[in-house]
Amino acid sequence: MSSHKVTVTINGQKRSAEVEARMLLVHFIRDYLRLTGTHVGCDTTSCGACTVLLEGQAVKSCTLFAVQAEGKTLQTVEGLAQGTALHPLQEGFKEHHGLQCGFCTPGMLMSAAGLLSRNPRPSEEEIRWGIAGNLCRCTGYQNIVKAVQFASDKMAKGG
Amino acid sequence: MSKTTSVELGGIGQAVKRKEDSRFIQGKGRYVEDFYLPGMVYGAFVRSPFAHARVKQIDTSAAMKVPGVLAVITAKELHGVKLAWMPTLAGDTQAVLADEKVLFQSQEVAFVVAESQYQAADGVAAVEVDYEELPVVIDPFKALEPNAPILRTDKKDQKSNRIFHWEVGDKKATEDAFRKAGVVISQKTHYQRCHPAPMETCGCVVDHNPATGHTDIYMTSQAPHAHRTVFALVAGHAGLVEHKTRVIAPDIGGGFGNKVPVYPGYVLAAVASVILGRPCKWIESRSENIQSTGFARDYHTTTELAATKEGRLLGLRVKTVADHGAFNAHANPSKWPAGLFSICTGSYDIPAADVQVDAVYTNKAPGGVAYRCSFRVTEASYIIERAMDSLARELKMDPTELRRKNFVRADQFPYATCLGWEYDSGDYHKAMQVALDAIGYDALRKEQAEKRKKGELMGIGISSFTEIVGAGPRSKFDILGLSMNDGVEIRVHPTGTVLARTGVKSQGQGHETTFAQIIAEELGIPESNITLEEGDTDTAPYGLGTYASRSTPVAGAATALAARRIREKAKKIAAYLLEASEQDIEWKDYQFQVKGVPGKAKTMAEVAFAAYTNPPPGMETGLETSYYYDPPNLTYPFGTYVCVLDIDSKTGEFKIRRFVAVDDCGTIINPMVVDGQIHGGLTEGFAIATMQEIRFDEQGNCLNGSFMDYLLPTAVETPRWELGKTVTPSPHHPIGAKGVGESPNVGSPAAFVNAFVDALSHLGVKNIDMPVTPWKIWRILREKGVA
Ligand code: FES
Ligand code: FES
Repeated sequence: MSSHKVTVTINGQKRSAEVEARMLLVHFIRDYLRLTGTHVGCDTTSCGACTVLLEGQAVKSCTLFAVQAEGKTLQTVEGLAQGTALHPLQEGFKEHHGLQCGFCTPGMLMSAAGLLSRNPRPSEEEIRWGIAGNLCRCTGYQNIVKAVQFASDKMAKGG
Repeated sequence: MSKTTSVELGGIGQAVKRKEDSRFIQGKGRYVEDFYLPGMVYGAFVRSPFAHARVKQIDTSAAMKVPGVLAVITAKELHGVKLAWMPTLAGDTQAVLADEKVLFQSQEVAFVVAESQYQAADGVAAVEVDYEELPVVIDPFKALEPNAPILRTDKKDQKSNRIFHWEVGDKKATEDAFRKAGVVISQKTHYQRCHPAPMETCGCVVDHNPATGHTDIYMTSQAPHAHRTVFALVAGHAGLVEHKTRVIAPDIGGGFGNKVPVYPGYVLAAVASVILGRPCKWIESRSENIQSTGFARDYHTTTELAATKEGRLLGLRVKTVADHGAFNAHANPSKWPAGLFSICTGSYDIPAADVQVDAVYTNKAPGGVAYRCSFRVTEASYIIERAMDSLARELKMDPTELRRKNFVRADQFPYATCLGWEYDSGDYHKAMQVALDAIGYDALRKEQAEKRKKGELMGIGISSFTEIVGAGPRSKFDILGLSMNDGVEIRVHPTGTVLARTGVKSQGQGHETTFAQIIAEELGIPESNITLEEGDTDTAPYGLGTYASRSTPVAGAATALAARRIREKAKKIAAYLLEASEQDIEWKDYQFQVKGVPGKAKTMAEVAFAAYTNPPPGMETGLETSYYYDPPNLTYPFGTYVCVLDIDSKTGEFKIRRFVAVDDCGTIINPMVVDGQIHGGLTEGFAIATMQEIRFDEQGNCLNGSFMDYLLPTAVETPRWELGKTVTPSPHHPIGAKGVGESPNVGSPAAFVNAFVDALSHLGVKNIDMPVTPWKIWRILREKGVA
């Protein structure tokens, strides 16, 4: 198996590691960079627990190879807050009880972040479609929708 | 002095924001897979492609040459350490690795251990297994036929595929009831095989230290103490003695019953760690999760109801064939082979009942876990609520009218059912009325009649369920002999902050917040000053864990009573500090006051400081205690759900228009958390009613073995839930709480299916088995000449 040096800018930091060509991006992030907020919930690209932002776009990191991220910018849940200031989405999830076990939460947050960057003022329907690639087994989504609305409102007010 | 309020404390009834959220929203949770220990190796399974086959030979030589592969373990090696078989929670035996033959597709055949997970997968691909196929038994009814091949040839006394026959009730009285009846209905239903599929799959990291003999097991466990005891019982001889074994259940990504049993992966990771002297991680893939660990339900049931012509219930007869798969690994209290299925008289005053369950071995994955359910209660609630609708139709009576006529009345509580349960409290009429008012029932029925005239399909479904949770009193409830009681420890520190530990384990329920609220209420200490820890057997008091909605009824009660013990001692200290006699001290406005002298008072924090600095002469220093709670009875949450849906008569597609859920779970500790639990449970109920099913073909191939075809609802399909409540506290629970996590999953499937059948009833449709899909509906519409 060929091995490759992969260098990414993740949450504003340059990190690199030598990986096998077949290494999935999610394993690179978790096992090599030890950013364990990004989760694995399935083996069929169905659950979205692994969602991260690649060049600002929400992607499922279980369905990309680490080498495909070479030279690119990544953001994971660990990079959402600015220092101690939570991102409005994080606040929204806490405020509106948008999480229970928390396992889907990092992926949900990153999908929602991707959504809000494309569409800062989504309707309820658009939010639901926007997170349709992410499964949550605990919340029934209703409070997640409210959490995203909270963030959208707050960001519109310049928060 | 200004009065402290429950709002300031974050006490009982307050919608306190959750403590656990801060770490989860920042990616700082610690789930099992997040543990990386120095020198850690990875394990992965070779699994059987066949549902029933003799294992003739396992060739591991090529696998051992794969770079990074350290060991390949088969049943042969396990026999060497006497771990080839393990007991299940139901007291059966289960092969840890296939021993001579495989009994279901995806059964564990060998365990490959390697330096990395990729290398472990390479090793798995290189193991060669020679199988000889055997006849497969998939249909549980055929499994019971006299000429069926006997599957469990490992059990010498097993002369058929029947696991048990269990019956309860009064056959004679029930027969009489049916003879006297003016109306009788009989209904066959299948509560399909499904899987809890929490977003985090099962897994563990086992770290055995050969120098000290200590073993740390980080595992996805809903019941860490019970699991440690099981490890000690099963593998004590191999070094997993209880005092040197530490089970740590860190953050758990959902459980729903999936994380109650002990799976082969846990045992093998332990064996690998012992053999290699290195930590071993095993994390199952999603497909492995669905195909091999912890399925639920699979009850084929005939339900018969007898009633007078006026609709007064006389008797209930229930016959179930339960498909338990290859090993009887269902999670039930020992004395209850079919769990609490005998709650199937539901919310109704039924004088006689006869309930029988036959459990059967088939070539399917083992399990029978209580999936968001208190041991077969979902199955029970489903059949009675479906049968009530069928009876109403037979009587040409509105289903709400029939329910009203037969509900156990509020003045009948405590109410003894004919099958031996004592319902603690309830007001079923009221809960139903609240739900009907919220949805505007009468107007909907009128609208439906109008629509029918135009050929449009609209259905209204009701479910008025009664749950039974909080197992339970130790005279009746144990698992492998362990009393189903839970312990709680509380330490009040000198500065008046608190550390509490419980024997249960949250998997998302929010115990760190809600149990802190109970303590806040009882001790007058703000919840923000209370830390609650769970899941580490080295530090937490014993308990049987979190499932079957038992945390609030059992551990929640223990928490309140432990806090009251603290208060008793604190009162003595307060009396001493206030120079008053103990009789003159009262607990008022969350502090100790001298009766009639409002200014003379001590807060709990002041008392705590004194407990360590200046306790009364002769009193032990400190302010801490523990409490083990043995509940006097179970608790019985209830509610009424109403579903309204519209069906496209040409395509069979449907839309849930509204869903109103009125729950009564007794005293509510945190309304935000309770609502969240109900949203989640309703969504799983919706998933079961319309999507989730694990099916097999004739050869025993699992047809829904991944998230590609085992469907979970996304935000798009999930209906908007409308919640309402009534509050009828439990009279025997210290704070009146009953538990809620499972009610919505227990109560909702019948509401959905009743609505589907209601929409099509004028076409002569009496039943549609779950999952009700557009395709199934379309076929019915075709058959009836509508589509
Ligand atoms: S892990 Fe499920 S989609 Fe990536
Ligand atoms: S919060 Fe548990 S899966 Fe979403």
